[in-house]
Amino acid sequence: MTAKPPTADGESPRYVAWSEDAALAAIRSLPAQRGPLLPILHALQGTFGYVDPRCVALVANELNLSRADVHGVLTFYSDLRTTPPGRVRVQVCRGEACQSVGGRALAEHATSSLGVAFGATADDGSLTLDEVFCLGNCALGPTVSVNGQLHGRVQTAQLDRLIRESAPNGDRA
Amino acid sequence: MTTVYVPRDSSARSVGADEVAAAIELRAARQNTVVEVVRNGSRGMMWLEPLVEVVTARGRVAYGPVTSDDVAGLFDAGFLDGGAHPLGHGVTEQIPWLAEQDRLTFSRVGVIDPLSTEDYQAHGGLVALRRALAMTPQQICDEVTASGLRGRGGAGFPTGVKWRTVLDAPGIEKFVVCNADEGDSGTFADRMLMEGDPFMLIEAMVVSAIAVDAREGFVYIRSEYPDAVATMRAAIQTAYQSGWLGPRVLGSDHDFHLEIRVGAGAYICGEETAMLESLEGKRGVVRAKPPLPAIEGLFGRPTVINNVLSLASVLVVLARGAEFYRDFGVGRSRGTQVFQLAGNVARGGIVETAFGITLGQMLEKFAAGSASGRPIRAVQVGGPLGAYMTPAQFDLALDYETFADAGAMLGHGGIVVFDDTVDMAVQARFAMEFCAAESCGKCTPCRIGAVRGVEVIDRIIAGDDTAANFTLLEDLCELMTDGSLCAMGGLTPMPVRSVLRHFSEDLYRPKGVQ
Repeated sequence: MTAKPPTADGESPRYVAWSEDAALAAIRSLPAQRGPLLPILHALQGTFGYVDPRCVALVANELNLSRADVHGVLTFYSDLRTTPPGRVRVQVCRGEACQSVGGRALAEHATSSLGVAFGATADDGSLTLDEVFCLGNCALGPTVSVNGQLHGRVQTAQLDRLIRESAPNGDRA
Repeated sequence: MTTVYVPRDSSARSVGADEVAAAIELRAARQNTVVEVVRNGSRGMMWLEPLVEVVTARGRVAYGPVTSDDVAGLFDAGFLDGGAHPLGHGVTEQIPWLAEQDRLTFSRVGVIDPLSTEDYQAHGGLVALRRALAMTPQQICDEVTASGLRGRGGAGFPTGVKWRTVLDAPGIEKFVVCNADEGDSGTFADRMLMEGDPFMLIEAMVVSAIAVDAREGFVYIRSEYPDAVATMRAAIQTAYQSGWLGPRVLGSDHDFHLEIRVGAGAYICGEETAMLESLEGKRGVVRAKPPLPAIEGLFGRPTVINNVLSLASVLVVLARGAEFYRDFGVGRSRGTQVFQLAGNVARGGIVETAFGITLGQMLEKFAAGSASGRPIRAVQVGGPLGAYMTPAQFDLALDYETFADAGAMLGHGGIVVFDDTVDMAVQARFAMEFCAAESCGKCTPCRIGAVRGVEVIDRIIAGDDTAANFTLLEDLCELMTDGSLCAMGGLTPMPVRSVLRHFSEDLYRPKGVQ
């Protein structure tokens, strides 16, 4: 038997607005498992695009943990965010392999041309720019990921085009 | 009907494989030709991606790198019958770059449809598991030990000895965990195996569970690999449906439950004890050893932790025998290593070959020099914590001991090439910067030392009291090496010291000249 390849399609993910009911539904949607905290935080971020600080007490209560435990985990991992993301997520690889083929210049171009620092979201909510240490595309760098879809051998002009084309209708016309 | 292979590997997709596959299907439909496009893994010849293969009477014939604009020309040249074209490379298996490798663990990657159970079994899948089911746990551990296999994650500990320790450890339950948190820049072999041959990892996890008497396992995959996560999840679902996972695996008395867990962007979770903490739902903070995870691991139970490549190698050992595997390699480095040629290379990708080839041979024969065409000045081997090697060291053989003796390491097999435009002071600074960003914070030498390291290197770059700051940096490196619990703080000085030793001319700058 064979199945279609399940792969990231580069589309902007769709999120729902925060509500306690939606948060509890996300938490309880997961099967019972050991060490459930990280999967739950992933599920919340997958639902809302971020983990709202109001989730901390809910999760702590559901898992019988202290709020400090949940807060500690939420703030340890760089993927987990506590504020809403932009509509497009751009990750620029800053690993050594990409550095060796112009990754530094590409990273500088990204921050300066977008006017957004790494880890920050544009004021109009159009985009979040993240740095990442390796996307596993090290023979075809510099590498950028747009909404989870990898792009290799990215030069500055291509980065501009990718960002332009990834914008949902109405953004950055 | 003609079968055409277009990789679905995320690296191939990063340079347009999806567009190429769509263009081939569109053109075939337009001219009423029946073509089956199979999305395989990548053959690992990254400079030829997207690599399109056509099944012909001569075998699979390769064309690459193909863009969607080339597709019309390929049809016109009769590529569906293996016709000549400027992008043609002849029969794939005969391309020297591929033919001169020892593809043992990567034997199926790029060859099969990754999620086809028929393809998997037609290419040697399940042979190792069936053999393991006929053996006792002790026999499996002994066979792995006899093969000389050492952990491919970077530490190089004998896999069979680790398994035997867990088997012998008392415990009401035991776990097997696969460390697929492949965070080193310049490495992508785990990703390619998971995307291109996911049933291999599942089979290997079952074998390891039988060997140590575990019933539950986890594969911890980094979040930066969404395609690998999706492929592994799909494969696990199929494996349950096929009776390869779940109760009574393949009709035996062994039950095995396997789960995927996804990381959240922390490099440190590639360190095994930090990964265990993360699996338990905690901050990815390193544990002190002892106790070893083999004695007190996940949820305090005896736990085997293996890298993806180690597990892939185990299947080769069991399917073809310890002796077969041990005959590859040199000294105490037995078998094959999956090297990953990355960075500024003309021909990057996966080179699986027996230990013992020299770094220079690797760079000449396989990498074919730099991508820029400029002279190679430095090569970082073994990831962000590995040393920068100079051309004077290119005659070193790629094996664990030779590299250790040279103050370097093979790590997970990543080889990142830099041409002569590289500023090694910047690379040394980056090593400290990376450690400062990714330290879990447990040990002071790593948490604070890395920040201080950046500051000291900045002063050296600025030409500020250079000699004194050199001494200070050496002192700091010594402290981090000796005073950190894990390899993050302990090995960050390795690239820094290699720059101090071999590229110091980049650090001595007249004041004011940057």
